[in-house]
Amino acid sequence: MQSLLDQMMQEGAFAGVPKEVVYAIAMVLTALVVLSVFVAPLAGLTSWLERRVWARMQSRVGPNRVGPQGVLQWLADGIKNIMKEDIVPAAADQKLFPLAPYIVFMGFLCTFVVIPFGENLIVADLDIGILYILAVTSLVVVGILMAGWASNNKWSLLGGMRSAAQIVSYEIPAGLALLTVVFLSGTLSIQGIIKAQGWAPWDWFLFHNPFTFCAFFLYFTAALAEGNRTPFDIPEAESELVAGYVTEYSGMRFLFFFFAEWGNLYVIGAVATSLFMGGWQVPAVFDDHPVAKGIAQFIVFFLKAYSWVFVAMWIRATLPRVRVDQLMALCWKYMVPLSFVCLMGTIGVMFMSNQWQWVFRAVTLGFAIATAINFFRRVGFQLTEAKPEIYLKPHI
Amino acid sequence: MSENAATDTGFYAEEMTINVGPQHPSTHGVLRFVVKTDGEMINEAIPDVGYLHRSIEKIGEKVTYHGYVPYTDRADYLAAMFANQVFCMAAEKLGNTEVARRGEFCRVIACELNRIASHLISVGTFGQDIGAMTPFVHALRERETINNLMEEICGARLTYNYIRIGGVGYDIVPSTMAKIAEFLDHFEPIVEEFNRLLSGNKIFIERLAGVAVVTKEEALSYNLVGPNLRGSGIKWDIRRDIPYSIYPELDFDIPVGTAEVGSVGDSFDRFWVRIREMQESVKILRQCIKMIPKGPAISKVPRKFRPPAGEYYARVEAPRGDMGFYVISDGSEYPYRVRIRTGSFTAMSIIDKLSKGIMVADLIALIGSLDVDAPEIDR
Repeated sequence: MQSLLDQMMQEGAFAGVPKEVVYAIAMVLTALVVLSVFVAPLAGLTSWLERRVWARMQSRVGPNRVGPQGVLQWLADGIKNIMKEDIVPAAADQKLFPLAPYIVFMGFLCTFVVIPFGENLIVADLDIGILYILAVTSLVVVGILMAGWASNNKWSLLGGMRSAAQIVSYEIPAGLALLTVVFLSGTLSIQGIIKAQGWAPWDWFLFHNPFTFCAFFLYFTAALAEGNRTPFDIPEAESELVAGYVTEYSGMRFLFFFFAEWGNLYVIGAVATSLFMGGWQVPAVFDDHPVAKGIAQFIVFFLKAYSWVFVAMWIRATLPRVRVDQLMALCWKYMVPLSFVCLMGTIGVMFMSNQWQWVFRAVTLGFAIATAINFFRRVGFQLTEAKPEIYLKPHI
Repeated sequence: MSENAATDTGFYAEEMTINVGPQHPSTHGVLRFVVKTDGEMINEAIPDVGYLHRSIEKIGEKVTYHGYVPYTDRADYLAAMFANQVFCMAAEKLGNTEVARRGEFCRVIACELNRIASHLISVGTFGQDIGAMTPFVHALRERETINNLMEEICGARLTYNYIRIGGVGYDIVPSTMAKIAEFLDHFEPIVEEFNRLLSGNKIFIERLAGVAVVTKEEALSYNLVGPNLRGSGIKWDIRRDIPYSIYPELDFDIPVGTAEVGSVGDSFDRFWVRIREMQESVKILRQCIKMIPKGPAISKVPRKFRPPAGEYYARVEAPRGDMGFYVISDGSEYPYRVRIRTGSFTAMSIIDKLSKGIMVADLIALIGSLDVDAPEIDR
């Protein structure tokens, strides 16, 4: 990005304009492009897909009226919410209440700065990429707490308090799990970590040793909790807290919270893909065709990241919600110690010789394949053998 | 707000009063609890009833015996058939009316189908209270099939007005009977699937095991009935202990709480009793379909039904427990007094006691596990 601008300036493209101004304008433009071309449709389509996937799992139909298969439902919802009246309750804090959704949204949006779409497609390859992600996602809790407090509603307050406790706690196992990968690759930059892996599963950090394998699932669980997803959706627990911290919000402000939630799903998947599953790495056959390589990298990355979004949807359709004390116990009693074990174990493996590392890798890969086969066999059994006859159409 | 309590640090800890309801997602209708909490812990939850009072008892004094049957539907709209049946039983006893034998079988078939439908709503919404959205939709899907069957039996899907004094309004035709049998074959694996999806779920069990335990003594002293009583390990079922209709001829078990995961009488036991009762209902229905005799479905009952002066208390085992109608006749065309006794009202009274020292999420689980139904509380 920067090199391109420098090249253009050398050729005299922006004659007379200070260098800093060009950089600033380019940054704003890039942010706008990423926001409008990728993030907004992505969050919208995720909301549509979640509703369709969820409906199928519940033997319903789901939204299928706007556009083919209802794929434009998110646009209709967005337009509807924009046209709604902007209500700030009289008893609410007049300054903090409107501000809160944007802070939540900003916290989520800032992560897209370091999330890659391909080898050369990245807004900024910060050399503190992972630290940056952990830092800006913490911003979300400020917005949620602000929303809970400023609404001047007891349900909102309870939701905000729960959320603050939950997100702050789960950052610790998430951070420790990510640290295993940082140790392995020796860099905090996301691109650097991806480059340290290969395209094949046996080159991924996921299967590097049993400890990174555990660390991946610790990260995914903790990330679900940080994103307020089922089974950790206690801050907005519908059946307990009405709607938690969003109780008093309506219209576009309400949508911004959920924009952030659905977009955040992709962020979870993208970070997991970058750090554990080889990111955008593709086989060497594409090396001769730069354009095809770029497209292949984007597709590979997107599919890997989105498969985890699907898993999150699946989990949401399946699991009940845990209780607040169980949530805290899970984090502090099990996940934090386990992530420490993973970290120490990975360090131990790093001291071993190369042959031993390959043994660990092979064992982990074999175990993972066996687990996956067993899992899909069981799912297949549920789908074929144990499936009772379901009336999808009303029989009148 | 209650009085402030100064702690050692000099900060003031206040009790927060929250209104759970009347409009709240998990109160299943208009039901209100005044909850005093200390953050997540509940100090006190006082139930407030009376939002759905429709004076069904008073209406009973103003309409004829025949005309009152549709009103009884509204006492508990999730299990309308049982209120029909229990009022008709009281009226028949007062008027010394014979019930057609085929009519009795039709009554039991309709009631047991309704019991399955009611329990499906109960376990489904219970899952939703705990946060599992999918089992709720699956349960409602099965209930939809039962509603279709009910529509074929009596023309209505929710408030049936099917059971009349002396028998039932319409006979169940053989084609409907075949559909019921087909539904039973379809339903049994669905219960298994439901158990795999929800009842066996680790999170679900952790949320319910040992939560809001009702001991045997408490259950008796608070007058719990139905699955709530049986969840506490007491084998009491009106169908077996005060037999009515054709239940003595049928073979079925009475599931009781057995501390499946926690202790006897916890929320999971009450849930599990309902699941097994659905399976028992399937068993009863199978026998009824096999045993049903030929003949008229309703006996001859005069249009102007005037029972001699007297009083009678009839009771049946409804999905929410012992449902009773106390009817006094003064020999005229209208009942002198009708009094309805329902299970949800008594279940509400124990919530106050059990809610002390549990968490907000547990209160929701407690309300769901008692299966209180707002219209049934107020009548």
